[in-house]
Amino acid sequence: MIAEAENGLKPEREEAAEQTGLPNGYTHLVPIVRYRSIQKSFGELQVIKGIDLDIYPGEKIALIGPSGSGKTTLGRMLMTLEEPSSGTITIEDEPLWQMEKKGNLVRASEKHLHRMRSKVGMVFQHFNLFPHMTVLRNVTLAPRSVLRLAKEEAEERAVEMLRKVGLENKLHEYPAKLSGGQKQRVAIARALVMQPKVMVFDEVTSALDPELVGEVLNVIKDIAEDGNMAMLLITHEMEFAREVADRIVFGAEGRIVEQGTPVELFENPQSDRLKSFLQRFR
Amino acid sequence: MNLPWLESLPLLVDGLLITVQVAVLSSVVALALAAAAGLARTSRYAAIRGLAGTYVEIFRACSLLVLLFWVYFALPFLGIELSKVTAAVLAIGLNIGAYGAEIVRSSLKAIPEGQHEAGIALNLSPNERMLRIILPQAVARMLPPFGNLLIELLKSTSLVYFITLSDLTYEAMVIRNNYYTWTPHIFGSLLIIYFLLSSCIFITFRLLERKLTAWR
Ligand SMILES: Nc1ncnc2c1ncn2[C@@H]1O[C@H](COP(=O)(O)OP(=O)(O)O)[C@@H](O)[C@H]1O
Ligand SMILES: [Mg+2]
Repeated sequence: MIAEAENGLKPEREEAAEQTGLPNGYTHLVPIVRYRSIQKSFGELQVIKGIDLDIYPGEKIALIGPSGSGKTTLGRMLMTLEEPSSGTITIEDEPLWQMEKKGNLVRASEKHLHRMRSKVGMVFQHFNLFPHMTVLRNVTLAPRSVLRLAKEEAEERAVEMLRKVGLENKLHEYPAKLSGGQKQRVAIARALVMQPKVMVFDEVTSALDPELVGEVLNVIKDIAEDGNMAMLLITHEMEFAREVADRIVFGAEGRIVEQGTPVELFENPQSDRLKSFLQRFR
Repeated sequence: MNLPWLESLPLLVDGLLITVQVAVLSSVVALALAAAAGLARTSRYAAIRGLAGTYVEIFRACSLLVLLFWVYFALPFLGIELSKVTAAVLAIGLNIGAYGAEIVRSSLKAIPEGQHEAGIALNLSPNERMLRIILPQAVARMLPPFGNLLIELLKSTSLVYFITLSDLTYEAMVIRNNYYTWTPHIFGSLLIIYFLLSSCIFITFRLLERKLTAWR
């Protein structure tokens, strides 16, 4: 486990907090993502009931909470898979779901979404690998089609990413031949190779056999230590959240109930909701 | 053994060629219509979906024989005169194409939503998602039902007998008129020839399927 200072900050955050005099060592930066007054309904069912959340460059946020509380929906809105019913999300101060047209904010076009999406990546609970492509093709597809890289360069980058997740010896296998843990690591490499500035990990170990969870979490820890990419980690793995996250956000029933450093939240939960939620993981 | 009706074998070969010609041409028409209408039914524009849906409902519901009569006997009254082969290809193609469109549509729909979403998360354009992610998987799913459909198509070509197009079945009837007592032999041969033709289709699709689903 990474050593923690008394206030619960990771060492590098501690340093930043000291230099700036700001509480969490991030707030001197400009947020890369801002959720503002976000609401989301599916038909009659209101799933997100007004959320404000800033994600700072490089920050690792663990989003925890009971299932059905809207965690996945929050991540999917950032990945442009779900449109907010109201409120705004900005990435680097630019609205995600709206764009400016002749001085007015109008609904984003596919072109606008395409440009904004290049800053975001996502890893899914059920991997969603392309079954008809080899591991290598899964990882080179987007670099080639979207970034228009030459085959050699795309493959070079892909192999580098696959090495990072420990799968450089599976380049030419089809996903059907891989274990769940290996599939998820390919999916991580596939998202990483596009070098997003912020990445959503939606319960990426929930669909795995227990003995395969560790290998995937270890890969994510390595990536987190690499640094620059902000991460929104939706997870039920409390130990992992504690080790990796700079900040824990606890949500329930479409609202953020409590947030703070891992130490603050896990050692000294304030709300009854969080207390009873944490009981279940003891 | 003395099989006098075999002297008419050249007639049967002529008929076979017509049957194959009609089957191949109407397969092309049917596949093109199936692809176009099947894709159109997943369009984001309601008008396009509606148009394709109407085509499917109408041509799937109407009897192939009645459609064939319509194209060959009724259209001339509207000033459109088609050759027998063209009429046959058009009628069979329109009818089988409507069934094929349903295969295309349901295969596209069967691809899990997660595949679309992974494509979006990787920032692929809608066209690239369709071309590189959805279609290759959907085509693999379409092969077995399309194999069945083309066998169905082949068998339905014998209906052209009723517009007196001299296909395999027609020629067999002609030969039967001349060698009435050999009727069991003649129709037996006919069955075997259709069976062999069907087998060609079946084997082709099996091989294609094996090749296109090596990843499974
Ligand atoms: N596409 C959808 N249509 C209707 N309801 C949905 C849809 N997606 C999610 N929901 C509902 O929204 C609620 C929150 O879901 P979700 O964001 O997946 O929660 P979590 O990830 O925290 O478990 C659930 O009640 C779920 O059933
Ligand atoms: Mg979820």
